[in-house]
Amino acid sequence: MPGMAHPQQHQFNPYSENGGTILAIAGADFTVIAGDTRQSEGYSIQTRYAPKVFRLTDRAVLAVNGFAADGNMFVKKVKQRLEWYRHAHAKDMPLRAIARLIQTMLYAQRFFPYYVYNILGGIEDDGTGAVYSFDPVGSYEREACRAAGAAQSLVQPFLDNQIYFKNQTAAPGQTHPCHLPLPDVLSIVIDSFTSATERHIEVGDGLEMYIVLAKGRTLHGMEGLRGAQELSTQTDGERVFVVRRELKKD
Amino acid sequence: MMNTFAKRFEKKPIGLRGTQGAVTEDDQITDAAWGSEAGFGNLVKGTHSFNVPAVPDPTAFLRMHTDDHADPNCRIKIQHGTTTLAFRYKGGVIVAVDSRATAGSYVASGTVRKVIEINPYLLGTMAGGAADCQYWETYLGMQCRLHELRNKERISVAAASKYLSNLVYSYKGMGLSMGTMICGWDKTGPAVFYVDSDGTRLKGDLFSVGSGSTFAYGVLDQGYRWDLSDEEAQELGRRSIYAAGHRDAFSGNSCNLYHVKVDGWVYLGNYDISQMHYEGPGDVPGSTGKGYGYDVRTGHRFSVAAEAVTA
Repeated sequence: MPGMAHPQQHQFNPYSENGGTILAIAGADFTVIAGDTRQSEGYSIQTRYAPKVFRLTDRAVLAVNGFAADGNMFVKKVKQRLEWYRHAHAKDMPLRAIARLIQTMLYAQRFFPYYVYNILGGIEDDGTGAVYSFDPVGSYEREACRAAGAAQSLVQPFLDNQIYFKNQTAAPGQTHPCHLPLPDVLSIVIDSFTSATERHIEVGDGLEMYIVLAKGRTLHGMEGLRGAQELSTQTDGERVFVVRRELKKD
Repeated sequence: MMNTFAKRFEKKPIGLRGTQGAVTEDDQITDAAWGSEAGFGNLVKGTHSFNVPAVPDPTAFLRMHTDDHADPNCRIKIQHGTTTLAFRYKGGVIVAVDSRATAGSYVASGTVRKVIEINPYLLGTMAGGAADCQYWETYLGMQCRLHELRNKERISVAAASKYLSNLVYSYKGMGLSMGTMICGWDKTGPAVFYVDSDGTRLKGDLFSVGSGSTFAYGVLDQGYRWDLSDEEAQELGRRSIYAAGHRDAFSGNSCNLYHVKVDGWVYLGNYDISQMHYEGPGDVPGSTGKGYGYDVRTGHRFSVAAEAVTA
């Protein structure tokens, strides 16, 4: 019976969708990168705390969304490449270089893609806040704000309205601000996630917001912020903070 | 290089423990990854190897998971829908594109840069897979630079486009998706080449690519002459993208306009499609100062809305 010799595999489906949403907004001299912490598969919640946002360097934070296993593996490999870069050059990789690195790493998997949507946020060499968003096979673009993941279609229109002032007309004799101050951005991020939690079943449990401040920037705008934890390795360069908040768990 | 590449995709019978992926994983870590040549550095020695799923038919696997035309529910959405155009005239090449990216019916982005600045005198346009175009045209830019260093002379547009055409042809059937125009000015004057992932490469005066191309061609064809002035040519490019943005749901948001001249390209600006409809492109060369919209031009005399008001 020659047909019995080799069992045939008919479908190879290595991907899953783990829900959740990520979001990043760039300011003039800071960037906020946030994500919820719920991980689900279908209608069941696997865990209420699975981080989707990761500090890469003192000036770069990466948010990953999509298939969690691919995402965790991808972040691990990006961190490894950044460590090698540090050993070779005795400095951290610039943000725009990390963005290009992520493109080549994603495109290397063009024929077996990582099912991951990436958003990279941080501070550029010129001291400006920056957000880079990627598709699963590595096309990327620098933007001022971007939402990705399950509630992308709920959050992005809100951001377009509040950050880009789309479909808003400025009061007579006035113009819309080019960049929003930090407290305003933090409020918008929190409101985005509380609202997405209300209307999307895959969003909720917890919120992690990473704040990256440009070199020499004071903590202005973070005074009233409860429970900010510093993650940077030094205080005289760019600084990274994480703020955690609870989201509804139903 | 081609043979070794082709070998990687030979169909091999695999057992249940097909670990092809795990083996190639280690092969991919080269000295280049350690820093000094990080990123693209490893590509200089030839195309790097791509990881391929350990299944009998990798292409079918990719199609199952990425092609959102056949299956709108598939997980990995590749951006589609575009209008791009480029034409040659006595004053150089005009390149105009829209900026919308769609995933199904969702507008994934309205700020996509679909003109890829390969180097200061070569432009490529993006239609089809965004990553395919971005990645391979960046890679083309590196190869063009190497050509310059080796031959002490800039690469011709014909040679650059043929490099890209041969490259994507070596991946034929693997699922790459790109329709691009390589535009520049070389010894022969202004040049436009259409290159796509099927392996087609065409030299021509006027091309438009993407879902909105038919609408752009309509405006382009009626307004095109070889001896267009720079102002007229720029306006024609803008007006054509506006027409496509207006009539094609998968195109829109804004128009990016470039002009390739003897000593390289210049970026002319970003023009909002809605603004062009109501107010026109603004105070720019070639503009009539009026909106492109039908109602704007007819003064509402024939619109249904106007009749309702007067009734």
